[in-house]
Amino acid sequence: MAADTGRQTSKIRNRRVCIARIWSVCLVLVSSFFISGCIRSEAPADVTILNGAEPQSLDPAILTGQADMRVAIGLFEGVLRLDPKTARPIPGLAEGWDVSPDGKTYTFHLRTNLVWSTGGPILADDVVYSWMRMLDPSTASEYAGLFYYITNAEAFNTGTIKDSSLVGIRKLDPYTVQVKLNHATPFFVDICALPLAYVVPRQTIEKYGDRWLMAKPLPSSGPFELVYWHLNDKVRLKKNPLYWDAANTKSDIIDILPVGSASVALNLYEHGEADVVWDAQLIPSELLDVLLKRPDFHTFNYLGTYFVRFNVTRKPFDDPRVRQALALAIDKKRIVERITRGGEETASYFVPDGTADYTSPDGLEYNPGLARKLLAEAGYPGGKGFPRFTYLFNASAGGGSKIHEKIGIELQQMWHDQLGINMDLHQVEWTAYLDALTQLNYDVARSSWIGDYDDANTFLGCFLSNDGNNRTGWKDPQYDSLIQQANIEVDLKKREQLFQQAETILVRDQAPIVPLYFYRGINYFDTNKIQGIYPNILDDHPLLSIVKVK
Amino acid sequence: MYFVRRLIFEIPLLLLISALAFTLMHLAPGGPFDSERAPASPEIERNLHAKYHLNDPVWKQYLDYLGNLAHGDFGASLKYRDHSINDIITQALPVSATLGFLAFGFAMGVGLPLGFFTAAKRGRWEDFAGSFLAVLAVCIPALVVAPLLILIFSIKLRLLPVALWETPWHMILPPIALGLFFAGKIARLMREGMLNAMQSEFVVAARAKGIPENRLLLKHAVRIAILPVVSYSGPMLADLLTGSFVIENIFQIPGIGVFFVNSTENRDYTLVVGLSLLYAILLIGLNLVVDLAYTWLDPRVKYE
Repeated sequence: MAADTGRQTSKIRNRRVCIARIWSVCLVLVSSFFISGCIRSEAPADVTILNGAEPQSLDPAILTGQADMRVAIGLFEGVLRLDPKTARPIPGLAEGWDVSPDGKTYTFHLRTNLVWSTGGPILADDVVYSWMRMLDPSTASEYAGLFYYITNAEAFNTGTIKDSSLVGIRKLDPYTVQVKLNHATPFFVDICALPLAYVVPRQTIEKYGDRWLMAKPLPSSGPFELVYWHLNDKVRLKKNPLYWDAANTKSDIIDILPVGSASVALNLYEHGEADVVWDAQLIPSELLDVLLKRPDFHTFNYLGTYFVRFNVTRKPFDDPRVRQALALAIDKKRIVERITRGGEETASYFVPDGTADYTSPDGLEYNPGLARKLLAEAGYPGGKGFPRFTYLFNASAGGGSKIHEKIGIELQQMWHDQLGINMDLHQVEWTAYLDALTQLNYDVARSSWIGDYDDANTFLGCFLSNDGNNRTGWKDPQYDSLIQQANIEVDLKKREQLFQQAETILVRDQAPIVPLYFYRGINYFDTNKIQGIYPNILDDHPLLSIVKVK
Repeated sequence: MYFVRRLIFEIPLLLLISALAFTLMHLAPGGPFDSERAPASPEIERNLHAKYHLNDPVWKQYLDYLGNLAHGDFGASLKYRDHSINDIITQALPVSATLGFLAFGFAMGVGLPLGFFTAAKRGRWEDFAGSFLAVLAVCIPALVVAPLLILIFSIKLRLLPVALWETPWHMILPPIALGLFFAGKIARLMREGMLNAMQSEFVVAARAKGIPENRLLLKHAVRIAILPVVSYSGPMLADLLTGSFVIENIFQIPGIGVFFVNSTENRDYTLVVGLSLLYAILLIGLNLVVDLAYTWLDPRVKYE
C-alpha cells in the first residue's frame, strides 16, 4: 500500500517535472516569438503626428473622414491640390486649367514630368480612370455625389446609363483632360482638390481588387509612399523621390498615429514622443483653460457648426413658431463659456464665419421674452399643454468630455426655466443615433456638420428637401429653388445674395435647426520645432510642407 | 479519446455562437455604412449594400460567410475597407497575446507566492496585510491602476514610456496594470486552496507522520491547493490573450481588444463575428488544456 502510494507519487512528480519543463520551454519560445515580433527596429520618424481616429480607408474614392484624408493627401494627388497655407485649390498634377466662358467646360493641362513612385508616367488616362472609378457604382464611393455636377455623372453612378463614354470626362491628349459640367459650378475647382478626385494606380487596383492599398510596393502619385499601415498602430510614410514637387517635400519619414484618447495624446506630446497633435478632440477638456494659454496650442476658425435639429414631422415641432421659440430661449453664450470653453463663437446662423465669398445673415438671437410670446401664439402659454419630449444625443467619442450630454442638460434647464416646457435626455451610441436621425425617429437631436470644401453650398445644400443629410423632415420649395439658383449663378455677389435669402429661411423664418456655436480648430505643436503647418478653415495640412527644424 | 469526442462536440457550439453573433449584429439598429454624411442619393447606398451583399437575406449572408470561413477566410472588414479580418487578426492578436502572456506571468508570479505566503502565515499580521493587498488588487479597476502607474513611473519618475508598444520598455507597465487584478484573484484562490489542502486528511496524516511543515506545504499541499488556480487560469488566459479594451486604450497598444468594442459600435458585422469566433475558440481550447492539466496534476481525476 505504502509502496504503491510512493510509486504513484514519484510517477506524478516525474510527470510534473516533465510538464513543467515542457511548459517553461513553450512559454519562453512563445513569448520570445511574440516579443521579437512586436519589438520594432526601425529608423525614427522625422515627424510624428497624432491624428485622431484610425483612418477607415486611404482609398481616395472611398475615404470619408478627415483623419483618412489627412493621410491620403500624402500618398495621392489630383489635378489640383490644397495650398498648405490657405487650403485653397492650387495646381497639382495639372500645371494649369482653363474654364470656358460659360463656366461649363474645364480643361486641365497635366505636367509632362509626372511619374508614379514605382516608375511609369502618370498620364491623362490615369486621371480619367481615377475619376470614372470613383463614379463607377461597383466602387460604391459614398462621396460620389459631389461629382454629380459633371455631365451624366449621376446617371452613370446610379446605374441609369452603363456607357462610361457618355460621362463628361475625357482625355484630349496624353496630357490634357477635359471635363464638362451640367451647368456652371463656381466651386468645382474646390471639389477637384478633394481626395475623391485624386489619381490612383490602375494596374495595382485591377490586380489586387479591394485590398489594393496593401500592395507592396504601392504606386503613389503624391509626395509620400506608404511604408506600412497597421491598424490602430501607425501609418508610416516615406518621401517619394519621384514626385514632381519632391524638391519641396520637407520630411523623409512621417509617422501618423491614430490616437483616440486625449490624455494619451497629451502624454505622448509632453513626453516628446509626438511632435504634432492635430485633432481638436485630442485635448483633455478639463485642461482646456490652462492649455489654451500656452504658445504651442493654436486655435483658429473651423468650417464646422454645432446645432440642434427638430423633427418637423412630429407635433408640436411642425409649427415654426414653436421651433423659433425654442431657438430664442437658448442662451448660447452660456454654452460656449461654461461647457465647450475652447474659445468658440456662438452661432445664430449656419454657415461659419470665414467661408469663402460669403457672409451669413443674422439668425435668431437670445430673446426669452419673444420666445414666450411665440410659444403662447402657438397655443402653449407658459408652456401649458406642451407635450414632454426627448432630446437625442450620442455618447461622445471615446467617452471623453461628455459635451453632448452637458449641452443637453443645459438646454433642458433653459427651456424649462424660460418656456416652462419639459424634456427628457436620451443618449444612444453613435450608430443607433445616426439611424434614429435618418429614420426621423426623434423629437429634437444634437447635430453637427463639418464642411467638405470651402463654400456655403457644403452647408446650405444639406437642407434641400431631398438631401440625405436633411434628416429633419423639413421641405421648403422656396429654399430649394434659391439654392439651385445660387449654384448655377456665376456672379459671386448675386450668388451670395441668393444663399443669404435661403439661409434666412433656414435659421430665422422656418428654423428647422438651431445653430449653437461654430467649432474651433485646435492643433498643438511647438512652432520653434515644427514648421509648415498653417491654420486654415478646413483644418487641412498637406504633409509635404511639414518639417521638424530642431 | 475523450478529448477528440469533446472537440467534435465543440463544432456545433462554434456554429451556434457565430450564428448568434451574426443575427444579433444584424438586429442592432443602423448598419456599417451609416455616417454623419448621408450618401448623396439612395443609389449610392444601394451600390454599397450590393457590393457587400447586405441586401441578401440574413440567412444567405450567414451561409456565404460560413462558406468563406471553411476556406479560412474571415471576410473583409466593412469599416476598414482596405483590410481583411484575417489581416486585422494577424496584426493585432500577437500584440494582445504578448501583452496577455506577460500579464499572465505577472499575475502568476505575484499571485501564487502571495497566496501561499498568506496561507502559511494564517491569522497573523502578515496574512492580514497580504490578504488586504490581494483584495485591493481585485477591487481597484485597471482604469485607475493604469493612469496611476503612468503618473508615477512615466510622468513623475520619467523611467518608462507613457504609452505605445515598441520596445521592451514599453512592455512593462501595461502587463502590470492588466495583471494586477488577476494577481489578486489568484492570491485569494491560492490562499483558499492552501487552507483547504492543509485541512485535508492526507496532509493531516503526513503531518502526523512528522514531515517538516515547510516540506509539507511545498511538496504536498501545493499540488492540491493549486487546482482552483489552474481551472481559473484557462478562461483567464483566454481573457488576457484577447486583449483588454481599457489597457490597450490607455497605453495606445495596437492589440485586438480595441476591435472587440469598436467593431460592435461600427456594426462591422464580419469583424464582430470573426472576433467572437476567435474568442470562443480560445476559450474552448484553453478550457481543454486546463482539463488536461487536471488529469496530470490530480491523479484522482480521470476522464472517460
